[in-house]
Amino acid sequence: MSEKIDQNRREFVSVAGKAAAASVVAPGVLLHSIAHAEPRAEPVTDAVRYGLLIDTTKCADGCSDCVSACDKENGLDLLGKPDGATDEDWARQKPRWIRTVKVKDRLSGHVSSLPLMCQHCEHPPCVDVCPTGASFRRADGIVMVDRHTCIGCRYCMMACPYKARSFIHENIKVKLSAVPRGKGCVESCTLCVHRRDYGVAGTACADACEHGAILFGDLNDPNSDITKALQERNHTQLRADLKLNTGVRYRGI
Amino acid sequence: MVRTVTRLLLLAALLFSAVTFAESQRNNAVIEGSKAADLDACVAPTDFMRRAHFELIEHQRHITVHQGIRKTDNSLAGCVNCHVAKDVHGTFLPVDGANPVTGEQQFCAGCHEYSGVQLDCFSCHTNVPLKAGK
Amino acid sequence: MKKIYYREWGIESPRYWGLLAVLTVILAVAGFAVLHMEHEGHWVTGMNNEVVWGVPHVFAIFLIVAASGALNVAALGSVFGKHIYKSLGRLSGLLAMTLLLSGLLILVLDLGQPSRLIVAMTTYNFKSIFAWNIYLYVGFLVIVAAYLFTMMERKAQRFYKGVGLLAFVWRLILTTGTGSIFGFIVARPGYDAAMLAPMFIIMSFAYGLAIYLLVLMFTFDAEGRALGDKLLGRLKSLLGIFVSAIFYFVLVYHLTNLYGTENHEYEAFILLNGGIYTTLFWVGWVLLGMLVPMAILFHPALGNSRGGIIAASLLVILGGLAAMYVIVIGGQAFPMPIFPDKIILESGFQDGIGGAALYYSPSLPEFLLGIGGVALALGVTLVAVRMLKFLPASLADEVVDPHHG
Ligand code: HEC
Ligand code: HEC
Ligand code: HEC
Repeated sequence: MSEKIDQNRREFVSVAGKAAAASVVAPGVLLHSIAHAEPRAEPVTDAVRYGLLIDTTKCADGCSDCVSACDKENGLDLLGKPDGATDEDWARQKPRWIRTVKVKDRLSGHVSSLPLMCQHCEHPPCVDVCPTGASFRRADGIVMVDRHTCIGCRYCMMACPYKARSFIHENIKVKLSAVPRGKGCVESCTLCVHRRDYGVAGTACADACEHGAILFGDLNDPNSDITKALQERNHTQLRADLKLNTGVRYRGI
Repeated sequence: MVRTVTRLLLLAALLFSAVTFAESQRNNAVIEGSKAADLDACVAPTDFMRRAHFELIEHQRHITVHQGIRKTDNSLAGCVNCHVAKDVHGTFLPVDGANPVTGEQQFCAGCHEYSGVQLDCFSCHTNVPLKAGK
Repeated sequence: MKKIYYREWGIESPRYWGLLAVLTVILAVAGFAVLHMEHEGHWVTGMNNEVVWGVPHVFAIFLIVAASGALNVAALGSVFGKHIYKSLGRLSGLLAMTLLLSGLLILVLDLGQPSRLIVAMTTYNFKSIFAWNIYLYVGFLVIVAAYLFTMMERKAQRFYKGVGLLAFVWRLILTTGTGSIFGFIVARPGYDAAMLAPMFIIMSFAYGLAIYLLVLMFTFDAEGRALGDKLLGRLKSLLGIFVSAIFYFVLVYHLTNLYGTENHEYEAFILLNGGIYTTLFWVGWVLLGMLVPMAILFHPALGNSRGGIIAASLLVILGGLAAMYVIVIGGQAFPMPIFPDKIILESGFQDGIGGAALYYSPSLPEFLLGIGGVALALGVTLVAVRMLKFLPASLADEVVDPHHG
């Protein structure tokens, strides 16, 4: 994908920007964001790399607060089953960005619960296979889909080792200003990209977790909580054998 | 006292004529009851907006999605936010639809219907402002 | 060898138009199915967020694989210099094109955003094998068109051999590319990178030839053109050999897979406890798609009867569809090993709890789309042979003289 912007346009846009008489309140900004939130003005850089650390030892069995928070933040709770679809169909066809999974170790019998979402790989298979380049990795490490160039082929879903992506199977009636969504494109966890860009802290899932099992932060910042926590104790990547260098790490599995 | 009153009256008259002047300069496209109706200018000169608003949005689309730039007035959500109108009950009217009571075409719809340019953006983007948790 | 003359397909008009009418009705029904899918979204299909590619992909990939295989008959004439097959080259090229186009059309119509086809044609991610395949497919169509031209236009004949060789090499790359679409999916145990591409090539030989045989026999028989036993005998023996080759390959594939411990679970899934996928593998692919046709084709009496050859070809095609179903959908239904040494007890999203297969139940619109693709390939082929000189006027034994090849 070309990141070039032609010079005339750039100039033009800046003139247009100055000509603006009034400014708009950034749409979709959440109320608790009011504090010193500044929308991003410069392109994101790879100086930061966002990631999550999930401590499965703290994750409570049966709790799905992170899932409901994500649904709410990203407008997934606004979706309804299409008329005529069965509940079972809908369970398989509705989009979900985060899910809880309970696993048992084959050897030790150890049981753990954990949330599973896009792992924001450094070498994402979904990006490699996407024919149009719609699936991309932003400079700050967020893997997402440009839904203006996504053709809905679902090859990325075939390639994702975590089944983290969803296809929109139905017409979408209600959507949030900050999180557009429409039939025929693929989507997945964006690490609450609108929060990142409007300077709001945290992710919906991390904020919602009362058990402190989800830690969000900048993996490139040596002083961030997440980096310190990662240095402190060992952690694993899911499917480490694929050498994807995931941005989401797990502890206790 | 009298002087103050006359001054105020004069001021009001001036304001009124300024408003009516602006009103007469204004194309009907801007919908009464939207934020834009109370403002003098769009995010770029009106002339340019009429001719090439989509260049702005499309440029914005790329830099927002790929580079995360949001500090600008050219966001699509921003267009909707400023140009959307409310009905008598205070509910937003979709910018790409018509007022169900008066039949008045809303901001993006009127022009686009007229010029026959398809507008598929609102199959994904919301046509009224909507925040999470509302 | 006598000079071969070609003639347009001359069956009586009522029959011809009747055939086209039937195909058009099928296409119209398929068209409605597509509109329904586009309008409502993919929820009206059985495809879901777990099994994301369904029956349309089974048909599309089968047709694309068969397309490259259909070209082999021409390659036997030009690349391998077997004169007996030379007269068959035109139909071979034509089928290669129509099958490929129909397969691609199915893929496009199944997209979530088919109207963005222009995006797919203008923005590329060169790391994606899918994007490369778009080039391979377009290149194939161009090269085969040129190849047909060298066969049909006297002035271009001197390029016949060269273009023929290019077409043959290209088709091998194309099938490899198609196989690699799955081979590149490293995370799924069902798609073994090293084996799928060569397997697809071997399958293409058989499926392309089976379709070729059926079309050849049908068009010749319908018009009463002579189709000698000698040529037919050669073609059906080839089919027998190709099917045996798939059989051998499938055997080796699963034996080697059984050897590597990491594949045991997937092997058990396909061979033993995969439900519909196991049934389709054994009954559809192995028994009906390989063993029975092999028995027919190598049987001294059955193999030389036209009915036997038709039955064997049909079975090979059905077996091919079953094979694609097992590979494409079975490969997805087998739970993704997100936690290789753990068992999934619960999940907010099926994920294959306790190793259960992921759910997919094909829907009518998907089948209609796939069948529509087949009808399109047939329809375009029939119109083309009617309008242009694709079919030899006669393939009687004395015309094709097998002693020459
Ligand atoms: C801050 C509020 C505001 C925002 C944000 C805004 N506009 Fe406007 N827009 C206006 C106002 C006010 C006018 C009328 C200007 C005038 O009277 O000349 C206008 C006029 C226009 C016109 C000309 C209509 C006519 O009369 O022919 C177009 C087109 C337009 N806007 C499109 C857009 C688009 C597209 C966006 C998003 C990129 C946008 N506007 C964002 C306030 C806004
Ligand atoms: C298939 C769904 C889809 C369609 C159709 C679509 N968009 Fe988007 N658009 C999105 C998504 C998803 C985002 C990402 C929002 C984010 O990350 O904050 C987005 C973001 C944007 C943004 C930046 C965010 C904002 O509000 O300014 C612009 C501008 C934009 N789109 C313009 C358009 C225009 C113009 C069209 C119509 C020509 C269009 N889009 C059609 C899905 C879509
Ligand atoms: C003053 C009339 C007018 C208004 C108001 C207007 N448009 Fe347009 N719009 C046009 C015309 C005319 C075109 C086609 C321009 C061309 O192709 O040269 C267009 C083109 C576009 C395009 C590009 C479409 C394409 O397929 O290339 C987008 C996107 C767009 N408009 C969005 C909007 C949005 C969003 C609004 C409301 C905020 C809006 N427009 C309001 C007249 C208008």
